[in-house]
Amino acid sequence: MQTDVLVIGAGAAGMYAAIGAARAGARVVLADRSLIGRGGATVMAQMTVAAALGEETPDHWEYHVADTLKAGRGLCEPALSQLLCEDAPECIREMDNWGVGWARDEKHIRQVQAPGHDRPRCVYVDFVNTGPAVSKTLRAQLNRIPEVRRVGDVLVTDLAIHDGVCVGAHAVHVISGEVLTLNAKATILATGGLTRLYARNSASINMGGDGYALALRAGADLVDMEFVQFFPIGHLAPRLVGMDPIMWDPFRYKLGGKLLNAELQEFLNEDGRYVSVRDHATHAILEEVAAGRGTPHGGAWLSFRHCSEAELRSAFGPIIDRLAANGIDLTRQAIEVAPIAHYHMGGIRVDTDMQTGVPHLFAAGEAVGGANGANRLSGNAITEAFTFGRRAGLRAAALAAKTAMPLIGQETDRGRSDFPLSRINAAAEIARLQQVMNEHVGPLRASGGLGRALEHITDLAEECEQLPAPRAGLDPEWLDLHDLRNLRLVAECIAQAALAREESRGAHQRQDFPETSERWQRHQRIRLGGGGVRLES
Amino acid sequence: MAAECGLKARLRIHRGTPGTAGRFEVHEVPFEPGQTVLDALRWIRIHRDPSLAIRFSCINANACKECMINVDGRTVYACMTRLTESETTLEPLPNKTLIRDLVTEIAPPDERLRVTGSFGEPTEE
Repeated sequence: MQTDVLVIGAGAAGMYAAIGAARAGARVVLADRSLIGRGGATVMAQMTVAAALGEETPDHWEYHVADTLKAGRGLCEPALSQLLCEDAPECIREMDNWGVGWARDEKHIRQVQAPGHDRPRCVYVDFVNTGPAVSKTLRAQLNRIPEVRRVGDVLVTDLAIHDGVCVGAHAVHVISGEVLTLNAKATILATGGLTRLYARNSASINMGGDGYALALRAGADLVDMEFVQFFPIGHLAPRLVGMDPIMWDPFRYKLGGKLLNAELQEFLNEDGRYVSVRDHATHAILEEVAAGRGTPHGGAWLSFRHCSEAELRSAFGPIIDRLAANGIDLTRQAIEVAPIAHYHMGGIRVDTDMQTGVPHLFAAGEAVGGANGANRLSGNAITEAFTFGRRAGLRAAALAAKTAMPLIGQETDRGRSDFPLSRINAAAEIARLQQVMNEHVGPLRASGGLGRALEHITDLAEECEQLPAPRAGLDPEWLDLHDLRNLRLVAECIAQAALAREESRGAHQRQDFPETSERWQRHQRIRLGGGGVRLES
Repeated sequence: MAAECGLKARLRIHRGTPGTAGRFEVHEVPFEPGQTVLDALRWIRIHRDPSLAIRFSCINANACKECMINVDGRTVYACMTRLTESETTLEPLPNKTLIRDLVTEIAPPDERLRVTGSFGEPTEE
C-alpha cells in the first residue's frame, strides 16, 4: 500500500493529524492496531480540556503557558508548551463547530478551574462524556474526507527506514495474519502512551509504549522517560464496573469533595476545594499510606457526603444511577481512591514542526515528550493531542508534497516463520512486569528497587527479542509477545532514566535523593546504540 | 494459593477458528463478588491458557465497546457482566463472522483491510 502520509494510531492526535494532512492536500492512510477512534486513550478521557478561550473569565494563552511551565517543575520544553497553549483555542472552537457539544451556560461555553490553573479554563462534555464525544466528532469528520483511508486491526511492527529516512512502516493485519508494507512519503506516530506498563493503570491495552519502541528502533531520540504521571485519585474500592477509574476528577471539579486519611483528616489543606496538582497529591496520599493512615485497601477516602442527592443528580444525572448499580451511594459513603498510572510526560523528541530526529518521521499527542515537563497540568492531554496532531498533519503533508514516493523492501526481520514462538507465557510475563514496575518504578523510587527492576527487565530481553511470524485470527500469544517486546524496551528506558536522575522533581520522587537539584534542571535523552539503551544528558 | 481455596466461578468457553469444529472448554476461576466476566477471561489467559482469544481494549471503562460476546445466550459486554458462582456459557456473537474463540469481526466495513489481499493503491508504482 502506498500513501502520501501514514498516520499510526487513531486516537485524537492521529485523527486530527489525518484531517490536517488531508486538508493540506495529502492522501492519508490512518492505521490503528485496534478499531478507529475506539482503542486508544482519547475515548476513555472523562476529564477536561484546557484552552484559554476566555469564555468564563478573560484569559490569554500566555497565562495558560505560565501555568503549564509552573506545573512542569522547570522541565517543560517552552516552545512545545507554547504551541500547545497558543493553538488550543482554535482547535477547541473548531471542535465546537463540528458539534462536539462542550457543556454550555445560556451564553457561553462553560469552563471550570482544574488544579494548577489560575482561572476557569477547562471545557468538558456532560455527563462525564468528554472522551467519547471527542472521538465521535473526529470520526464523523474523517468519514467525510475521501482522501483519508481508515484501516483498523493493522499493527505496525517496525518503521521502514531507508538510508536513514523513514519511508513508511512494516505491519501485520492481525485478523488475517497478512504481513503488510505501508509505503509513505511521511509518517506520523500518534500511538499514545505507555501506562499499561503499570499494574495499577487507567490505560487501555494499546498503551504499551508502541510508539516509543518504534521510534527508538528507527533511530529517534526519546526524552524525559523517567516522568510517568500518576493520577492521584484513581478509583480503588469498592469494585466499580463500566466507569474509568479516573472518573472522580469531574466530581471534584464540580462538587469539591474531601480527600481524607483513615483518621478522617484532610491532609492536603484543601478545605473541600479541588486545588492540589497531581504530583503533590500523589505523594501526599502515598505518604499517608506509608505512615499507617491509609484506607483498608491502601489509599485515601474521597467523600461527597456533604452533597445532597439533588445536588449530585443536578451535576451528574445518569452517572448517579450507574454508581447505584455498583452499590455506591455518595450521600452515605466515601469511596477509596489511590494514585494510578495515567499519562506519560516523556516521549519522542520533536521540534515545533513535530519532526523527530529521523527525517520524514513525525510524532504527535502523548507520544511526544517535553511539552509538560516533569508534571502535566490537568486538561493539557487532549489539548496536546489536538494541537500537536493538527500541526504534525500539516507539516507532514507539506513535506510529502515535495517528496517522491520511496520504495521499500520487505526485508526487515519483523516476523520469521522459522523462528519458534517463545516458550514463555507472555501474558503472565506482562503481568509480572507490571507488578515490578508498579513496585519499584512508580511514583516513589530508590536505587535499590530500580536496580532490582532493571535486573528483571534485562533478564526478560532474551525471551522476547525475536518475533515469529503471526498466525491469522488475532493470534493472542503472538500479540502478547509483540507487546511484551515493546513494553520491556520502554520499561528499560524509564528505569534507567529514573536511576540516573539523582534528585526529586515532579512525578519522579527519589526516596534516596529527596531534594530538587538545580544541576538536574535538564533533560535526559535516550537512543538505541551499542547494543542497548543509551542515556545522554 | 489462597485464591484457589475461595469462591469459584465455572465458565464454559467456546474455542475454535473458522473452518474447524468449535468446542467448549470448561475453566474454573477464583473470584470475589463484584468481578466481571472479562476479569475471569484475563485471569485464565495469565494463569491457565494464554492461547484464549478475547477482544477488548479499555478493560473496565465501557468505552471501547470491543468486548461484546454472548453470555448464556444474551449479547453483552464482558467488562460489564458480573461473574456468578453458577456455570456460565460464553460464546462469540452468533450473527458476526467468527475470527477465533470469542472474537468476531466487529469493525465497520469501510475500516477493514480486505482479508484477501491489499487494498486501495497498488503496491508498486
